[in-house]
Amino acid sequence: MPDKKEVKGVIERISGSLVVAGGMEGASMQDVVHIGELGLVGEILEVKGDKASIQVYEETSGLMPGEPVVSTGEPLSVELGPGIIEQFYDGIQRPLELIEKAANSHFISRGISVPALDRNKKWAFNPKVKVGDEVIAGDILGTVQETVVVEHRIMVPFGLKGKVTKIESGEHTIEDVIAVLDDNGKKYEIKMLQRWPVRKPRPVAQRLAPNVPMTTGQRVVDAFFPVALGGTACVPGPFGSGKTVIQHQFAKWAQAQIVVYVGCGERGNEMTDVLLEFPELDDPQSGQPLMKRTTLIANTSNMPVAAREASVYTAITLAEYYRDMGYSVALMADSTSRWAEALREMSGRLEEMPGEEGYPAYLGTRLASFYERAGRCIVNGKDQREGSITVIGAVSPPGGDLSEPVTQNTLRVTKVFWGLDANLAYQRHFPAINWLSSYSLYTERLDAYWNEKFDDQWSGLRIEAMSLLEQESQLNEIVRLVGIDALSRDERMVMETAKSLREDFLHQNAFHEIDTYASMEKQFKMLRTIVDFHHQGLEALRKGAPMNKLFNLPVREQIARMRYLEEKDINQIDALDEVIKEQINGIVPVGGETNAA
Amino acid sequence: MLPREYRTISSLSGPLMMVEKTQDVRYDELVEISLANGEKRRGRVLEIETDRALVQVFEGTSGIDGEDTKVRFVGKVLTLPVARNMLGRVFNGRGEPIDGGAPLIAEQNLDINGMPMNPFSRDYPSEFIQTGISTIDGLNPMVRGQKLPIFSASGLPHNRMAAQIARQATVISGHEDFAVVFAAMGITFEEASFFMEDFRRTGALQRTVLYINLADDPAIERISTPRIALTAAEYLAFECNMHVVVILTDLTNYCEALREISAARKEVPGRRGYPGYLYTDLATMYERAGRLKGKSGSITQIPILTMPEDDKTHPIPDLTGYITEGQIILSRSLHRQGIYPPVDVMPSLSRLKDKGIGKDKTREDHADLMNQLFAAYARGKEAKELAVILGEGALSDEDKAFAKFSTEFEDKYVRQGEYENRTIKETLELGWNLLTMIPVKELKRIRDAYIDKYLKPLLDAKSKTE
Ligand SMILES: Nc1ncnc2c1ncn2[C@@H]1O[C@H](COP(=O)(O)OP(=O)(O)O)[C@@H](O)[C@H]1O
Ligand SMILES: Nc1ncnc2c1ncn2[C@@H]1O[C@H](COP(=O)(O)OP(=O)(O)O)[C@@H](O)[C@H]1O
Ligand SMILES: [Mg+2]
Ligand SMILES: [Mg+2]
Repeated sequence: MPDKKEVKGVIERISGSLVVAGGMEGASMQDVVHIGELGLVGEILEVKGDKASIQVYEETSGLMPGEPVVSTGEPLSVELGPGIIEQFYDGIQRPLELIEKAANSHFISRGISVPALDRNKKWAFNPKVKVGDEVIAGDILGTVQETVVVEHRIMVPFGLKGKVTKIESGEHTIEDVIAVLDDNGKKYEIKMLQRWPVRKPRPVAQRLAPNVPMTTGQRVVDAFFPVALGGTACVPGPFGSGKTVIQHQFAKWAQAQIVVYVGCGERGNEMTDVLLEFPELDDPQSGQPLMKRTTLIANTSNMPVAAREASVYTAITLAEYYRDMGYSVALMADSTSRWAEALREMSGRLEEMPGEEGYPAYLGTRLASFYERAGRCIVNGKDQREGSITVIGAVSPPGGDLSEPVTQNTLRVTKVFWGLDANLAYQRHFPAINWLSSYSLYTERLDAYWNEKFDDQWSGLRIEAMSLLEQESQLNEIVRLVGIDALSRDERMVMETAKSLREDFLHQNAFHEIDTYASMEKQFKMLRTIVDFHHQGLEALRKGAPMNKLFNLPVREQIARMRYLEEKDINQIDALDEVIKEQINGIVPVGGETNAA
Repeated sequence: MLPREYRTISSLSGPLMMVEKTQDVRYDELVEISLANGEKRRGRVLEIETDRALVQVFEGTSGIDGEDTKVRFVGKVLTLPVARNMLGRVFNGRGEPIDGGAPLIAEQNLDINGMPMNPFSRDYPSEFIQTGISTIDGLNPMVRGQKLPIFSASGLPHNRMAAQIARQATVISGHEDFAVVFAAMGITFEEASFFMEDFRRTGALQRTVLYINLADDPAIERISTPRIALTAAEYLAFECNMHVVVILTDLTNYCEALREISAARKEVPGRRGYPGYLYTDLATMYERAGRLKGKSGSITQIPILTMPEDDKTHPIPDLTGYITEGQIILSRSLHRQGIYPPVDVMPSLSRLKDKGIGKDKTREDHADLMNQLFAAYARGKEAKELAVILGEGALSDEDKAFAKFSTEFEDKYVRQGEYENRTIKETLELGWNLLTMIPVKELKRIRDAYIDKYLKPLLDAKSKTE
């Protein structure tokens, strides 16, 4: 940390969320400043001579030239320690509940200063080291049960090491000293409360390959365009195509130990929705309410623009902190486009040279360095723990046109692309992920994992199903030109199976109590059954079975209803294989021979 | 602090003027301008430096003279006097009475920009509003506290539809204290009087506050009009505990005024010349809809906008759709076929529907029925397109059924009278009746239990009559 050096200047210019202050010699870029009599929070973007350009995280209305600007000499930082989970923060880590109390209003007033973490609450600290142990940065000194499901691990801060000379146990506030280290005669007091500047990635020991899946319970994602632990994914789409619902679905069902959800420049009600719903919904893994592993950050579209920028950095820094404890963390950002727009707005006010569509030339690097903070890795500490951050960013391209700079720069750095399609959304085919244009660069790596689990059948099924969908789109061209009768019987079977794949597998209703989540076992069984019907159906058609009868077999109804089977009943799907055989046998003519139509 | 007066205007450009040698001027502060001929105008501070201020003049700068015009900085931001007895009154786009009545005695003076609602303090909107229009109630249900715009285009009956909604909207639980706040931005006198006449005839005028900026009123004034209306709405909803419906029309005119200011400031233009901050600017208004914990009132917004060239990807509808909780889109093609209200069902959406419908709210089968109607209509429309190319004969029997369904659907379900007020039960029954045209096994979006309960009796009755 730089030494604190207070610099005092005065406001010289105000333009929206940009304030220029004079008399700021000695201030540094990225320092946090307090502006005006109200003490609004801002951050220095640029220093030229004695002038500092400041982005203000609160509404600037009513400010006046001549009012004071005081630099804290510290970069924008977050507070780390127990109490982060289950919180609902604004973009600069102020608890929104405390803002409500301090303002004594349902509306956010300005200049409110509230602590990110509760200073009075006592946590039961459980030491994991003893006096005399040698520890290095990242080692776990002890734990605190933060929520029923999250064990919070208090780590030796970066830059410190030494011999433990004192370790406390029992009830402590985050400001109590819980350990003292001696590094060659230098003593360090360690508290549960630590700080970290948000724009600086927290270091890790070693990066690992992303070859473990992070399942999401969403069939089109897990089966066709999966994301790996530590991976990066983006989900661009026009309004109403399902970006937010899918992000909420990930936050609910993703197999991650910690979820950080940041609503950046989007709707207030969507955050309220999460806030009200998550305490009521149980995590299928732990059986505990989802909120017990979640932290929320909201800088909604009506809150000050500049803080959108800060909110994504606040989020990723909190994610890194839990990763460092050895957890798998999923970070959802909805929407990264609003962050980029905030960058554009500040850049415009700073009169920087505009790049494409007015975005600053550094847009690409900013996005890239944000997504670079994702990853699966060995974190610091002697025990070589593994942790990961998976980042999923929503992108909101104007007019749904993906050629715009934010989408293009995001596609350059993310490894999974779920392209949302307005037409699918209009038909209420959800999730409206276009199966022909989307991709995941993790698919092949993760096949190995699932093949091992599912008797080497997984990748074969996946490839066959995708190829049927691909064939369907080509056959559709023919149908559109000359009608369905031009297709051969085999081709009709392909069309029929592809339709089943779309309607019975890819389509998934987020608001249906059972359909909303499907385990990998369930997905595998469903896919296997659909493809199985395809194989047996082709065979039957070749033996002369009437097409109409085949397509209307009662078992098809059962196939369509597989998705509504509760997880405890999914073994019933296995029995469908026999039912298919039996019913198909019933329509194949006796002694049927191959006689293609 | 004493307000200071200046005669130091150094430059004028569009709606903007630069005032020099200023002291103690606040950002966003209200400005009063006195012209040599005695005319008074108002403005606000857009940007300040130590010794000069850039002022946006609401009525425009024409006629302002560098030497003889006096500029006074008032020392506070633009506020609106509010009181319960605003109801029944008519104001101009700056919030001054124009109905010949007495000046309003303010109970409070509020900053027209409002403050952001704390998302922690919001209550999730979930109370179903019955509008009596099937395409809304059945397919895109609206709830109290929602912001649901109408995307229209010139020549389409959005005004009639908005008036019908305002006239018919009720909640199932019964009558409660409600109010309508109506803000006109740059619409014609004829359009404005259509609304006033409708409110008067139905007796709603006593419960309505109108803010009128007409096409020939100063364009820059339109920047404040919706904010003034929303400030009044917040007061009625959260201080007087009323359920307020806010109709804002036409947002396209508002955005054009914003573009004008941006151009005058020589800002880097975004798409189609609109400023890059248009999204944020619109959000600070649309997000003023909602409900608050522990408050019984609500603000429901129905902004109306006309899509330039019927283009949904134009920045105004596009950015609106990114902020609002759905959209009702009107279709020129349905309008041409004489169907009122010409709601384009497929791309219309209510994002808050899921928590507003179902058992104890509308009916248990509502969600499934709605999903099925969408799917069936989509399939039917597609089949009809195919039939256009290949002829009816190329369709399978099923597709024929779907094609027939979609025609009937537009004729019976979408089409209704301007004064026809359908209950939600009537709308649901209409939907089920139409579904009898489709083979049951194709109804994949509906639970068996509901098919048995709601569809089977209709099918039985149908087979008896045949
Ligand atoms: N998986 C899904 N299941 C059911 N409905 C969905 C699903 N995804 C999206 N929707 C519907 O689409 C609407 C818009 O989705 P949303 O995620 O808010 O879009 P976006 O964030 O892209 O604007 C939702 O309100 C919901 O009605
Ligand atoms: N977004 C999309 N991605 C890939 N293929 C699509 C998409 N939309 C439509 N299709 C293709 O167009 C065909 C028609 O789609 P749809 O209307 O859903 O079929 P149906 O009416 O038979 O259920 C599909 O079979 C599919 O091949
Ligand atoms: Mg969204
Ligand atoms: Mg179709």
